[in-house]
Amino acid sequence: MSDIKEPLFGKTLSELTEIAGLLGLPKYTGGQLAYWLYKTDVDSFEGMTNVSKKTRAQLAEKYEIGVHPPVNVSESADGTKKYLFRAGSGKFIEAAYIPDGKRHTLCVSSQVGCKMGCLFCMTGKQGFQGHLSSGEILNQLRSIPERKEMTNVVYMGMGEPFDNLDAVMKSLEILTAEYGFAISVRKTTVSTIGIVPAMRVFLEKSKCNLAVSLHTPFDEERRRLMPIQNVYPLKDVIDTICEFDIGKYRRVSFEYIMFKGVNDSRRHVNELARVLNKVKSRINLIRFHPIPGTPLLGSDEAAIADFQQALNDKGIVTTLRASRGQDIDAACGLLSTKELVKAQSVD
Amino acid sequence: MKRKLNLNKVKVSRQVQIAPGVFVLSFPRPWDFTAGQVLGIGAHATDEARLYSIASGELDDEVDILYNINPDGKLTPWLARVVTGDNIWVSEPFGSFTGTGEPAWWIASGTGIAPFSAMFRTGLTAGKKLIHGGRDLNSFYFSQTFSATLNDNYIRCCSRESGEGIYDGRITRYLSELPQVPHNEKYYLCGSAEMVVEVRDILITKGVPFDNIISEIYF
Repeated sequence: MSDIKEPLFGKTLSELTEIAGLLGLPKYTGGQLAYWLYKTDVDSFEGMTNVSKKTRAQLAEKYEIGVHPPVNVSESADGTKKYLFRAGSGKFIEAAYIPDGKRHTLCVSSQVGCKMGCLFCMTGKQGFQGHLSSGEILNQLRSIPERKEMTNVVYMGMGEPFDNLDAVMKSLEILTAEYGFAISVRKTTVSTIGIVPAMRVFLEKSKCNLAVSLHTPFDEERRRLMPIQNVYPLKDVIDTICEFDIGKYRRVSFEYIMFKGVNDSRRHVNELARVLNKVKSRINLIRFHPIPGTPLLGSDEAAIADFQQALNDKGIVTTLRASRGQDIDAACGLLSTKELVKAQSVD
Repeated sequence: MKRKLNLNKVKVSRQVQIAPGVFVLSFPRPWDFTAGQVLGIGAHATDEARLYSIASGELDDEVDILYNINPDGKLTPWLARVVTGDNIWVSEPFGSFTGTGEPAWWIASGTGIAPFSAMFRTGLTAGKKLIHGGRDLNSFYFSQTFSATLNDNYIRCCSRESGEGIYDGRITRYLSELPQVPHNEKYYLCGSAEMVVEVRDILITKGVPFDNIISEIYF
C-alpha cells in the first residue's frame, strides 16, 4: 500500500469542501482549510486551531499539507532573488522574485523544462521533464519569505503555461480568489507563445492579463525562432484575441525580444503596426540575454531606443523591460535547471 | 465553449500495431491536405483535441496516424482500444511544417517520423536525406519502404540496441561525428523537444544558418 498522501495545498475551495464532505465533516471545514492553506503560514494540521482535533487527525491520515520550502536561493546585486524548488524526484524548478519600489513581482514556473523549443530560450534547452500541479505552482509564492509583500505574479518562468492549462487555471483561481491569495487579476499575467485553443479557454474563463511572445511579425522568421508558429501562426493568435472584449482593465501585451539584425529593423516596425492594428495592446521590448550555443545576438541600446520610439510614433504603446537578475541567471529566458537534471541522471 | 478546433466524426477503417505500444490508425481521407500537416484528434466532439502529424501521402485514399501510447495521457490509451468501425473525432488538417521538392535533410526521433512519411509517400523524395533516431530496433517505423527508395540516404540511429546497417548511438552523436554538413540545404526536425533543441544546436555549431532549420515539436 502506498504511503503517499495527497496534498491539500493547491486545491480550490470547492475541492476542499468536497473533501470535507467525503470525510463526513461539515461543509464549512472546506473554508477553514482554505483559510489555513492560503491565508496563513501554518504548515501542519496541528496548527489549524479552529479545526477540531478529531478532524485534524482524520485529515492527516489521508492528506498532507503539500507546502515545501525552496532548496536554494541566489540573490542578485539588484535585489532580485532566484528560488530553486524541488518538483518531484530529480526535478527542479526556479522562480524569480523581483522587487521594484512598491512593486514586488514573482515570476513563477508552470512546468519542469519546456517542450516548445524556442531558439532563444535557456529553459527550452533542457527539454521537458514534467508538468507542475497547481500546488507546485502556488508553492513558489507560498514558500518564500517575501510572500506577503507580493503585489504582482507573472507566469513567465520555466515552461509554457498553456501546455499545462488545467493546473494553471486552477492555480489562477486560488491565486486571485478572496478565499485564496487574493492577488488582483489586474496584477496577474500569464505569458504564452500562443497555443490557441488553450489561450481561448484562458480568455473566456479568466480575467487575468495576457502576454504573448511575439518576437517578429513575419511568419517565416517567427517559425525559425519559435516552432509553435508551424502549428498556431501569429495571425490565428491575434484573430483569437480579437474575438474577445478585452475591456478597460485587462491588459494584453506582446513580448518582443530584440535580436540584432534579425527583428530590429524599420520593416519590422511597419509590419508590427499593421498586424497589431486591430488589437488593443501594448508591446513590451526585452533585451536579449545571450545563452550558450545560440546564433542570436542582442540589439544594441541605440537600436532598441530607436525601435521603441518608432513604435510609439506609430501609436503603439511600447515599453522596455528592465533587465533584472542577470548576474544570477534569473533574467528573462535564462531560467534553467538543466545542470541539475544532468547531475541527477548521473547519480 | 467555442473551440478553435472543430472536430468531425470519422469511422476508423483500420488499426495496426506496428511495434510495442506503437500504432497506425487509418480512416478514409475526407479532405485534401499538404504533407507535413497535423490534425487534432479527440474521443468526442467536445474533447480537447491532441495534435498528430499525418503519416500518409496527399493522394492516399486513407489518412494514417502514427502514434504511441502515453500511459499518462488522456487520449492514446483510449485510442489504442479503437477497432475497425469505431468512430473518432478529427479536425481538418493544418500547420505549415510542410515539405517541398528542394533538397533537404529530414531528421526525426520516434514517432516524429510521421510528417516525413507523409512527404515521402507524396513523392517528395528527390535530394532528401532521412535520419531517424530510435531507442531500439523496433523504433524504425516504415523502414523497409524508406530503405527501398532512399538507400544510403536513409540512416537509422539506435541508442540502446545494435543492428546491421544501423548506426550504434544517438542521432545527436551521429550528427556530431559528421565532418561537415551542407550549409545551404534545409533541415527539417521533428520529434521531442530534447532532440529538436540538441540537433538544432549541433547544426548551428556546424555552420548551418538558423534560417535553414525548421522544427516541429511535439506537445
